Amino acid sequence: MLRFQTLQQMFQRYRRPGDIVFAWLALAFAVFMLSQLWDQTAWRNGQKLIAQPRFWPAVSLGGMAFFAALHLIGSMVSERIEGRWREVLTWVRALEFAIWFILYAVLVPFVGYLIGTVGFVILLTLRMGYRSRLMLISAALIAFAIVVLFRTLLHVSLPAGQIYEALPDGLRQFMLTYF
Amino acid sequence: MENLLAGAEMLMRWDVMLALFIGSIGGVVIGAIPGVGPAVAIAILLPATFSLDPIVGLTMLLGIYGSSMYGGAIPAVLINTPGTAVNALTSYDGFPMTKKGEAHRAVSIAYSASFWGGIFGILCLILLSPVLAWVAPMFGSREIFLAALLGIFLVILAHRGQIMAAGMLAMFGIFLQTVGLDAVTYTQRYTFGFSFLSSGINLIVVVLGLFALSQAFFLLTKPDSTPDAKPVSGRMSVGIKELLRNKRVATVAASFGVILGMIPGTGEFTAQFMSYTYAQKTSKTPELFGNGSPEGLIASEAANNAVPAAAMIPLLALGIPGEALTAMMLSVFYVHNVIPGPQLFQNNIDLVYGLYLALILLNVIVFVFLLFSTNLMTKIIRVPTRFLGVMILVLSFVGVYSLRNSLTDCMIAAAFGVLGLILKRLNLPIVPIILGMVLGGIMEVKLRSAMPRLKTPLDMIDRPIAFILFLMILLVIAMHIRTLFREYRAPATNADHDIHDTQQR
Repeated sequence: MLRFQTLQQMFQRYRRPGDIVFAWLALAFAVFMLSQLWDQTAWRNGQKLIAQPRFWPAVSLGGMAFFAALHLIGSMVSERIEGRWREVLTWVRALEFAIWFILYAVLVPFVGYLIGTVGFVILLTLRMGYRSRLMLISAALIAFAIVVLFRTLLHVSLPAGQIYEALPDGLRQFMLTYF
Repeated sequence: MENLLAGAEMLMRWDVMLALFIGSIGGVVIGAIPGVGPAVAIAILLPATFSLDPIVGLTMLLGIYGSSMYGGAIPAVLINTPGTAVNALTSYDGFPMTKKGEAHRAVSIAYSASFWGGIFGILCLILLSPVLAWVAPMFGSREIFLAALLGIFLVILAHRGQIMAAGMLAMFGIFLQTVGLDAVTYTQRYTFGFSFLSSGINLIVVVLGLFALSQAFFLLTKPDSTPDAKPVSGRMSVGIKELLRNKRVATVAASFGVILGMIPGTGEFTAQFMSYTYAQKTSKTPELFGNGSPEGLIASEAANNAVPAAAMIPLLALGIPGEALTAMMLSVFYVHNVIPGPQLFQNNIDLVYGLYLALILLNVIVFVFLLFSTNLMTKIIRVPTRFLGVMILVLSFVGVYSLRNSLTDCMIAAAFGVLGLILKRLNLPIVPIILGMVLGGIMEVKLRSAMPRLKTPLDMIDRPIAFILFLMILLVIAMHIRTLFREYRAPATNADHDIHDTQQR
């Protein structure tokens, strides 16, 4: 328990499925970025090397490529673990929730923070498989509490919906200010 | 003394006290719920605190930071699932005690040891303050550069067995902070012609993506489960008596917490691990460790709770964060134009003492709160994990969007959320990216400002503190090589790999 790793284990690491895919992706990213060094950074004549705008990107990407290559070697010399592509599929499945999040961010400026948040929470709660009335009511109440806390009480800078423009004068101002 | 009074005066405001109270109790609840750590909560609340006074915002975040480990001990003891990553060793002895029907004894020992560690850490911080105020001004640009470089080395080498991955991710973090318009030469770096990249990649957006959104994605892609902790019964004062019988272990463990908390990149886990090892080696009943030893429980809890106060030392004195949570707090200082570092002790000493006193108060509030409300916590933590994921997603939006009202930030945060999910599932560390970003930025700025005084590379280390820091870097590398050789000669096979599990963070 008290000593975790050995020198051999440093390269033949305890890994999880999908490690080698990540290792390849990381190395490809580092090498691609490094290949863009001349295009994407400038060199100022007459300045010292360490003051060049290119210096730190070069150091960091060089270091990243070096470590990524060693990480990949570590993965390649280790025993293959079953379930690599099933793991990658899980990563892809996470994209669904990233899209949910972005859609929520896109919709809130139109429908307003209150409707957007309560609607988003109820829909995602349903999507996650919760069907009981208790869960749905709890979800709606918590969403409402979040809106009241951050928008109404703390006045955190969150978008007021364009939809509020269609409301009658007094109510419109109230909704624009508090919800 | 007058500084201490000025600090107390700063705290004597209803908004500061409210922030402290919300932060402390909120931190306990957040720490107690497996699946949400202090990093998630601080990341979400960070932009909301920007509109508050520095002392109010910092007190709230400090409250969450300092109290989450108290809460994290509850599920570690009761259901063998650490509430936060740093409570991992707590479950080693806490859960066997629960199985033996001694749950109340285990949680009360954990609270008492946490309190001991927390107060010990703050007292060390207060006693060290005059030394810090004396030493900090000796840190010029080159010293801060070398300290940040040491931090990078330490954060990489602290991830034993994952050094290549940690190195890769730290370098990635350093690269991320270079993206955008270079503030000195006004040239674009890795913007690929996109205007939104000209202002750079915001640290808060990355933090929210890597810690909060990734945790939401992680919980949403996993099968649903509900932590089920049974209520505890019995006198909670039993832990205080037990702690007093084991003062030596508690004090040494807290000392480990203070020393390792001060060193960037090492933090709670290493402190907990070393004090646990010490407690086992010096115990009269070492065979009990892992089977419900009160000494083991005291060692791990006293050590991890001493860290938050100690972690404030490099942050306040040098402006160098040692781990992800203090890196996040650094941005609160910057937003309010209070620059932590040598000047802070000269210009804002009342704020420094205010923070010390806030730390003491939060420990008292949390300790008293927990003595009476452990069973309430066991009910609160029964949140289904997928439902928790939905809530984290909604709260993350508050954090990301309120920062600059930018949809692009939401997209960048979502992308980092997916990256964070991949890292968590692969059990790779996230912290090196954040520290790479923060320390990389410090290194670039400080190296540039040190340059006019450097005629040769050796001038970099021609001052006493710079030379000592340079020797420390060499020492850290040498010690690592020595450890590698020792392990090569005597390989250890019984490694507990899951103990570094990043899924809890």
